[in-house]
Amino acid sequence: MDALILSRLQFAVATYFHFLFVPLTLGLSILIAIMETQYVRTGLEDYKRMAKFWGKLFVINFAVGVVTGITLEFQFGTNWSRYSKYVGDIFGSLLAIEATVAFFLESTFIGVWIFGWKKLSPKAHAVCIWLVAAASNISAYWILVANSWMQHPVGYVIRNGRAELSDFWAVVTQPYAILMFLHVLSGAYILAGFFVMGISAYHILRGNELPFFKRSFRIAATFSVIFSLSAMLIGDFQGKEMMKSQPAKAAAAESVWESTKGAPMYLFVIPDEANERNKVEILGIPKLLSWVALGDADGLYRGLKEWPKEDRPPVAITFWSFRLMVGLGMLFALLGIIAWLKRKSPENSPWLLKILIYCIPLPYLAASLGWTVTEVGRQPWIVYGIMKTADAASPVSASQVGVSLLAFAVVYTVLGIVCFYLITKNARKGPKPLSSITQ
Amino acid sequence: MLETIWFLLWGILWAVYFMLDGFDLGLGTLSPFIASNENDKRVIYNSMGPFWDANEVWLITAGGVTFAAFPTTYAVMFSALYTPLLLLLFALIIRAVALEFRGKVESAFSKKIWDACLFLGSFVPALLLGVAFANIFEGIPIDGEGIFHGNLFTLLNPYGLLGGLLFVLLFLVHGSLWLAIKADGALETRAMKAASGIWWVLLVVAVVFLVATWFATNLYSNYIGSPLLLLIPLVTVLALLAVRLFIYQTAPWKAWFASSLTIVGATLFGVVGLYPNLLPSSLNPEYSLTIFNSSSSPLTLKIMLVVALTFVPIVIAYQIWSYYVFRDKVTNEDLASEEAY
Ligand code: HDD
Ligand code: HEM
Ligand code: HEM
Repeated sequence: MDALILSRLQFAVATYFHFLFVPLTLGLSILIAIMETQYVRTGLEDYKRMAKFWGKLFVINFAVGVVTGITLEFQFGTNWSRYSKYVGDIFGSLLAIEATVAFFLESTFIGVWIFGWKKLSPKAHAVCIWLVAAASNISAYWILVANSWMQHPVGYVIRNGRAELSDFWAVVTQPYAILMFLHVLSGAYILAGFFVMGISAYHILRGNELPFFKRSFRIAATFSVIFSLSAMLIGDFQGKEMMKSQPAKAAAAESVWESTKGAPMYLFVIPDEANERNKVEILGIPKLLSWVALGDADGLYRGLKEWPKEDRPPVAITFWSFRLMVGLGMLFALLGIIAWLKRKSPENSPWLLKILIYCIPLPYLAASLGWTVTEVGRQPWIVYGIMKTADAASPVSASQVGVSLLAFAVVYTVLGIVCFYLITKNARKGPKPLSSITQ
Repeated sequence: MLETIWFLLWGILWAVYFMLDGFDLGLGTLSPFIASNENDKRVIYNSMGPFWDANEVWLITAGGVTFAAFPTTYAVMFSALYTPLLLLLFALIIRAVALEFRGKVESAFSKKIWDACLFLGSFVPALLLGVAFANIFEGIPIDGEGIFHGNLFTLLNPYGLLGGLLFVLLFLVHGSLWLAIKADGALETRAMKAASGIWWVLLVVAVVFLVATWFATNLYSNYIGSPLLLLIPLVTVLALLAVRLFIYQTAPWKAWFASSLTIVGATLFGVVGLYPNLLPSSLNPEYSLTIFNSSSSPLTLKIMLVVALTFVPIVIAYQIWSYYVFRDKVTNEDLASEEAY
């Protein structure tokens, strides 16, 4: 294997792993901030215990999010140096802005929040967690602007042998970025909502701390239902945007080979990449695909055959990831609505609680699949239409990358196991009994 | 002009990083040797608790700014230093999780493992950062395409190792002083003693480094060109002597500030000497990356400048506030709280 393949593998390992921790940080910080605000408003001790209990899980997750993030920051220079050189003028500045406006804020106030329970007034302390929540969401915005620029480059000129910034405003406000931001946040909030619902369900089923976990459940259910609906809605807009800015990815996501006017949507499809067709296509709904993707039932849906083979993304991976993500998204909306309807007395629906425990991993899966659609669907380009992935890797030896990949595999596996163990241990243990908190 | 401003900001970011995370790295390196029981260890962990993450972000920002302002340098530097950077990365990873997780496990055995991680995760970055900067000062074998003709052992040359040693000692003194600020009783006394002992070694190594720099690098040529700049090394040396004075007076805060000034001065001494190079080539000066042949477009530099001048002062303000909130010694009551490390 050459350094390119190994670097791609390493980048994929590093980003997928990072993104296992990121969404919980994005969503849970807000849920904790809501809980602590309730404590400040009502003075109810239970809300403070909620902030502390969920806060403990948050902090464990946060630590791994931080260390895996640093890896990514390094990767661009170590493994993608030709890419960094070519687009650093634009891409590098977005990363630097992210660090300056968001990471400082987040890391400073998380420290104050963790250690400051007795040093600050309750109000000031609650402000700290709001700042952490705001900062992590701001960081998501900047990194997603950077990623969107790779998906759909705007506001640049090719000059001096590289892409140079010509219109900053266009880069930071392009619809692709805004939609991606809203969609990724929705997904992250679903994930956090299901996380809190699932763990609460576990304790409600056992009758532990009922008022405490019912309160947590109620907040999380409301959160989940809102954002599972918004993920669907924004996902639909995103699909339309993808049609315009990356039609080859859209064709792969739906596995459409021939350009068709008024394309139907098949509920069940099996792509056959080798023969440039679908092995199976059943349950077609006429014109639905053109209508959903183009907003015009008779619109022309461009098929994969319009592109030479080497310019097409891998079809099967893109297609299955997309289908599965959308399917899971619908499942979350359904479960979210049911949970929300039952939010007042979830203890009366043990079947729902059992399902919700097992659903905790699903939003993680959905988010990873989403990234697979986006990143694999963009291939063979690293920056769509401007730079091929094959031209982007560093001039380093395959053995160097191979060794580091192996090291990542080992270190991340250990890290993942430790983190999982600590989170489940603390989640099972439940909050500290009321009497022991006398502060 | 813009390039020069960014070069200075770049140097300042590194200097602040070394000043802030320097005490964490030093203290982590010192910890196995100075803690005599579990309580001491917890004081050490908690003395860094509220700060280490924010300190580390200065490194991320320094890296990010290299990428944004001098993308070619970022690309060449990071790929040329592939192996040491990944070692640095893994070290920082295990340090961070040691800090975060040690307090959350119960068995003495697990705690021992995390202690070892903290030590390695502090010592290795201190050493590697020193080695890396010393190598940058003397130049590394890169060709006109930015391709590195060497390996890890090319970097571990005598001057590089001397730089590593210097960084480790600077941070050890800095970290001991921080512990003297945050601990009390026997641990405080021992921390002060450690600072005082290590200071002498630091002095010797610093002198050797300054002399070796004359022979190994071109750093002094800028100083010969404009002697006024010699104020920087002068202030640095005075600050280093002041550290001694304040240790003698048992004034840990003052000594810590003097040590901060020493670290900032030492970094700026190198950076100013380097100007306008960012990454000199030891093969041929024409291959060197300078602020002129590796910088971003003027538009990007301008936008970044606005962002930096707006946000960095805000960052400094709230970081000072956070240090103010946690200015007191780590007490038993602190250690008893649920959140403590
Ligand atoms: C800011 C930029 C950025 C962001 C936010 C992401 N990626 Fe990405 N991704 C890249 C920038 C990038 C890249 C540098 O452009 C890569 C490296 C090689 C390539 O083709 O693109 C890439 C490749 C890449 C690949 C390999 C694709 C292939 O080689 O076929 C995968 C699987 C992912 N990414 C997954 C993710 C995940 C799970 C992310 C969620 C955090 C993610 N990416 C965010
Ligand atoms: C591939 C590009 C990415 C890079 C280079 C990157 C870089 C980083 C870095 C350096 C950190 C550590 C900050 C610290 O020490 O506090 C971090 C953490 C974080 N990143 Fe990323 N990141 C990437 C992708 C993403 C994406 C796509 C998102 C969100 C949608 C995201 C959101 C976050 C958040 C919320 C944190 C806070 C720590 C945590 O997750 O627990 N990152 N990232
Ligand atoms: C049913 C509803 C959903 C629809 C219609 C939908 C649609 C889309 C589309 C079209 C993209 C690709 C954008 C592009 O590459 O141009 C995408 C990406 C993505 N999706 Fe979904 N999605 C849905 C549900 C979800 C859910 C439930 C999650 C997570 C829990 C999720 C997480 C993601 C992520 C992380 C990405 C990659 C980032 C991005 O491009 O926005 N999606 N989604």
